[in-house]
Amino acid sequence: MTVTTHEANVLGEDPFDTANLLDPYPFLGRLRDAGAVSYLESTGSYAVAGYQEVYEVLTDFETYISSGGLGPRDIRKDSGWRPPSILESDPPIHTVMRRALTGVINPSTVRALREPFTPPAEELTERLAQRETFDAVTDLAEKYPLRVFPDAVGIPDVGREHLLPYGNMVFNAFGPENYIFKQAFAQGDEHAAAVMRNCQRENLNDTGFGAQIWKRVEDGLITEQQATLLVRALLSAGVDTTIFGIGNTLSVLARYPEAWAQLRANPRMAKFAVDEALRLESPFQKFHRTVAVDTVLGGVHLPAGAKVLVFLGAANRDPRKWGDTADEFDLNRNASGHVAFGMGLHQCVGQPIARLEMEIVLQQLLQRVAAIEPDGAPVPILHNVLRGFESLPVRIVAG
Amino acid sequence: MTAPAGATIDAVVDQVDIVADQVVSLVLRRADGQLFQPWQPGAHIDVHVGDGLVRQYSLCSSPGELDHLRIGVLHVPDSRGGSKAVHALLAGTPLTISEPRNNFPLRESRRYLFIAGGIGITPIIPMLEAAQAAGKEWTLIYGGRSRKTMAFAQQLEDKYGPERIRIIAEDEVGRLDLDQILGMPRAHMLVYACGPGGLLGAVEERCMGWPPGALHTERFVASTLGAAAANAPFEVQLARTGTTVTVPNNKTILEAVEEVGVRVLSSCRGGLCGTCETRIISGEPEHRDAVLSEEDREAGEVMLVCVSRAAAGCPRLVLDL
Repeated sequence: MTVTTHEANVLGEDPFDTANLLDPYPFLGRLRDAGAVSYLESTGSYAVAGYQEVYEVLTDFETYISSGGLGPRDIRKDSGWRPPSILESDPPIHTVMRRALTGVINPSTVRALREPFTPPAEELTERLAQRETFDAVTDLAEKYPLRVFPDAVGIPDVGREHLLPYGNMVFNAFGPENYIFKQAFAQGDEHAAAVMRNCQRENLNDTGFGAQIWKRVEDGLITEQQATLLVRALLSAGVDTTIFGIGNTLSVLARYPEAWAQLRANPRMAKFAVDEALRLESPFQKFHRTVAVDTVLGGVHLPAGAKVLVFLGAANRDPRKWGDTADEFDLNRNASGHVAFGMGLHQCVGQPIARLEMEIVLQQLLQRVAAIEPDGAPVPILHNVLRGFESLPVRIVAG
Repeated sequence: MTAPAGATIDAVVDQVDIVADQVVSLVLRRADGQLFQPWQPGAHIDVHVGDGLVRQYSLCSSPGELDHLRIGVLHVPDSRGGSKAVHALLAGTPLTISEPRNNFPLRESRRYLFIAGGIGITPIIPMLEAAQAAGKEWTLIYGGRSRKTMAFAQQLEDKYGPERIRIIAEDEVGRLDLDQILGMPRAHMLVYACGPGGLLGAVEERCMGWPPGALHTERFVASTLGAAAANAPFEVQLARTGTTVTVPNNKTILEAVEEVGVRVLSSCRGGLCGTCETRIISGEPEHRDAVLSEEDREAGEVMLVCVSRAAAGCPRLVLDL
């Protein structure tokens, strides 16, 4: 069969310029409309923003490999700033690490977290419900995962202050080496060293996910270095994204008072609200893959070695997948199939933990807050690949 | 292709063949000479084997031929009598069965890896036919103790060739090397595995390194209950009647609910057939069945009340009953 190919549509716009980072959706709409695959002059990479193409890139992990790194540079040629993580690996190296992690994080181990994860959410929301206004990001979203998640991993209290700056480095490095990147790496060595220290067996308690991962070294499944990197992956992937997930969910719900009322009447819907909010305001917006062999995607020839920028957040708003209301929040929508946690081989292993945290915090807030509305404009965060807010002032009615 | 659970059909054993050591193959026809309902690869039927025993057997005939159904049955000496009764059947014997039901459907994908252990080959056979007809890339890895115990091995090899059909007889080359078979995940490849619990457990463990949802299994016996499983009594609230029932540790939800006069459609009562699937309104189940997919389990929206219980720390389940 002959495949007719055409040239990718060349786009002069830069997804990493400040305006597009602070308000990504108009640009993403133009990118989707430009064709199945575009070529971005600014980064020298191809870009996919439609659900179908994003899904194809995510699920075909043989053609669109991860060992080239998730940033615009190919870390196979030009080594990265740190040893590659599970996210930056392909089978069969990826396979043993993934297997170890999946064995540790599963429905039953996650279910056991509901109990320890609930009281901190009660306490935080109880305190906020006493006030008329608060900042949903700095007073709640940034507080909660840091209260519960490092404990679940089992790291010491000392050095936890490095987790957020470290996550900021990791994710910003999936974008170009712009001023945002440079700022994130200002004290990079110090943050990286502190986080790496907490991944060592002797610094982890005996009950957390960290110790469980190290147990897989004793089982002979993974090496000590892999265990260290897996604990590091949990710590770097499990904090920022969840913070953004909580903040983004609240940013959406503050704009949809009828949804809040519906949730108050039926708090069991909280997990569906979170899922729909993740679709609409996906915390992890984009990353790169590397083309392993010459291929054709959406009728466009992609040469081996090329980088493809995969816009998860755009796929999650593609009207061809989600209909004309793709840009709207709909509590009754079935959002399953969204790619906010990725899809396929590299799909987020910590997803059930993140969902649990988001659901618990929302349910506790629903119990104590009758109404929530914006109290001033949210301040979007300037970040290369994550979508979220630095500040989200809200006004509430307690009850 | 789901027939109403519980509906029965009068059938006749048309043909009995010994297809391997301890394995008998039965060809069944409807007593009224009609065709069976269309079915899809992976389907099974209930066979009423007498004394109130009902057993599930996968269909290994071609879904394109609806004038008969074929099952393959391994004689299990220490079983509760199902396979012994089937092995005693003669051609011409009337037999009560169900229409085909499918808990193990073959999902659309680009490539398939089939893994069969022993008699687990049966549901796989129609899958091979479907994959072949659709022009898919596929391989079967079929393990057994020795070739003479492996039903249909030679026919499959003759039909599809040794490139597609890899027969691993333990007495010739040792056991299936699962690390080698599953060590390298392939994009767009689904793994379908059927066989004894030990094999499936080992396959599941290795497929943890594969994309979520890549593995599909069917177990012939309910998973062994882990020692850590929750066995404490718990409450089940029946949302439609408002009744609350306590489920003690020596009874299943199904038994406890039936005792208060509530009817629940069920069949195998062993977590194997899916008939008693019930929607969970609230509470956390501990799934002990061999039917629900990983996604189903994770979603926690349904459970099989014949074997599954409330999770440790969950004192009450509210069920849509």
